[in-house]
Amino acid sequence: MTAPLLVASGLHKRFSRGGKTVVALDNVSFEIGQGETLALVGPSGSGKSTVARTILRLIEPDAGNIHFEGEDFLAQHGARLRAGRAKLQMVFQDPLAAFNPRATVARVLDDPLRIHDLADRAHRPKIIASLLDRVGLSPNLRDRAIHEISGGQRQRVAIARALATKPALMVLDEAVSALDVSVRGQILELLLDLQEAENIAYLFISHDLGVVRSIAHRVAIMDAGRIVETGPAAEVVANPKSAIGKALVAATPKLLRKA
Amino acid sequence: MTPRVFLQELGVSYRSNGTEVEALRDISLEIRTGERLAIIGESGSGKSTLALAIAGLLPASTRIEGRIDWPELGRVPQNGRDIGFVFQDPASSLNPVLTIGEQIAEVARTHLGLNWRQSYKRAEELLHRVHLPDPASALSAFPHQLSGGQRQRVAIAEAIAARPALLIADEATSALDTIVQAEIVTLIQELIVQDGMSLLFISHDIALASEIADRIAVFRYGRLVEIADTNRIVTAPTEAYTRQLLDAHMGLDVEPLLRKAEAGKLS
Repeated sequence: MTAPLLVASGLHKRFSRGGKTVVALDNVSFEIGQGETLALVGPSGSGKSTVARTILRLIEPDAGNIHFEGEDFLAQHGARLRAGRAKLQMVFQDPLAAFNPRATVARVLDDPLRIHDLADRAHRPKIIASLLDRVGLSPNLRDRAIHEISGGQRQRVAIARALATKPALMVLDEAVSALDVSVRGQILELLLDLQEAENIAYLFISHDLGVVRSIAHRVAIMDAGRIVETGPAAEVVANPKSAIGKALVAATPKLLRKA
Repeated sequence: MTPRVFLQELGVSYRSNGTEVEALRDISLEIRTGERLAIIGESGSGKSTLALAIAGLLPASTRIEGRIDWPELGRVPQNGRDIGFVFQDPASSLNPVLTIGEQIAEVARTHLGLNWRQSYKRAEELLHRVHLPDPASALSAFPHQLSGGQRQRVAIAEAIAARPALLIADEATSALDTIVQAEIVTLIQELIVQDGMSLLFISHDIALASEIADRIAVFRYGRLVEIADTNRIVTAPTEAYTRQLLDAHMGLDVEPLLRKAEAGKLS
């Protein structure tokens, strides 16, 4: 059996706000295998996004370890950390807020290639064209500004940008929550296709159990900074054990097909 | 029965960058007394424009055609008094520098002709009605001291303060997590029944709408696609677009995409 792609163990994080201490992460441990989707669900303030930020090293945990591709990720810095970050990409909920709205699609996709020195200037247009193709966008979009394209197209650009550095793991923080339902299905199918083709693992953060059940292999339910339940997505949703898991299932809107 | 609000061939258009944009076209429907009507649509469907048009909140430069009548009222409806409006984001609809008590009391004072002391008493009762813990001390709290769900409860208390005939909730639960969303929906249901209000529930989530509404109206590209009893819309939609919305719903009872993808790999 191959080693897991990412192992997080015993993560702790406290924030102080106005003299009060908030425990954001309380002994959080989990693993993600290669090509696997782990969904993180929980109510607002349960610590989901803090986990994402810690994994990406946007914030440092107070205690705990993160091993990524077998190496101690928290010990890395400088060039090693930058190289590691290329393998670990992020897609946010609102790409309009994540990108410069006036930048063109080509510019947004050029950045990671340039920053991570993945291709010289002459080769980049070809790579950009292939990235657009992989996320199902027309090459004609390359010169359009981010603010001119639709929300669904923008989220495809965000995925293309994350793909540019050939990541092993993508963190998707509420990445489909702001999309119209008809577009949402297409983006989820794109994510599944990419996972199958390139064996990418996803940490999929969402409060929508229906979506999680549809695309995740495993799910971890968080409450008040702790992982309170974890298991295969379909099983956990069908038969939640934790109080918060039960509450999430009960609160999920159901199409009422009254006779 | 006379409807509470009656829309006849309502059209809304505005100018954007020199071109005329039609946000709503030829909308005729009624909101019945005490009914819960959901408006469902995706981005650009015109659902929020409809809510703003009924509440008279569209900018003055907007061109409005057709009629919006309130037959029971016999006068022009007044916002805040006849119509309560709950927006998606309570953080931006509440005034950050007024206490919770001041902003709710202000509505009661303006529309019910109460003095400040009576208005504060009324505000406390309203906070009790929306199940805010410890209403007496919440009166002197500021919006930023409350959680998102609590803020939405305050916004609802403010919206119903003058006992309006119509409550409009425009994506009022979309920014909340599912557990808080369910609590707020329960609260709205309860208040609608207690006060005999009509509810216009604007949402992108057809499943959520089916849990709350008596009737559902489906909007697309500024037009009314179909309107019918919730049960009929969910079980026997006549329009292909409604069927599409129903199919796009990812319920806890549908075949997961992942399983479909893996089944495809095997075959």
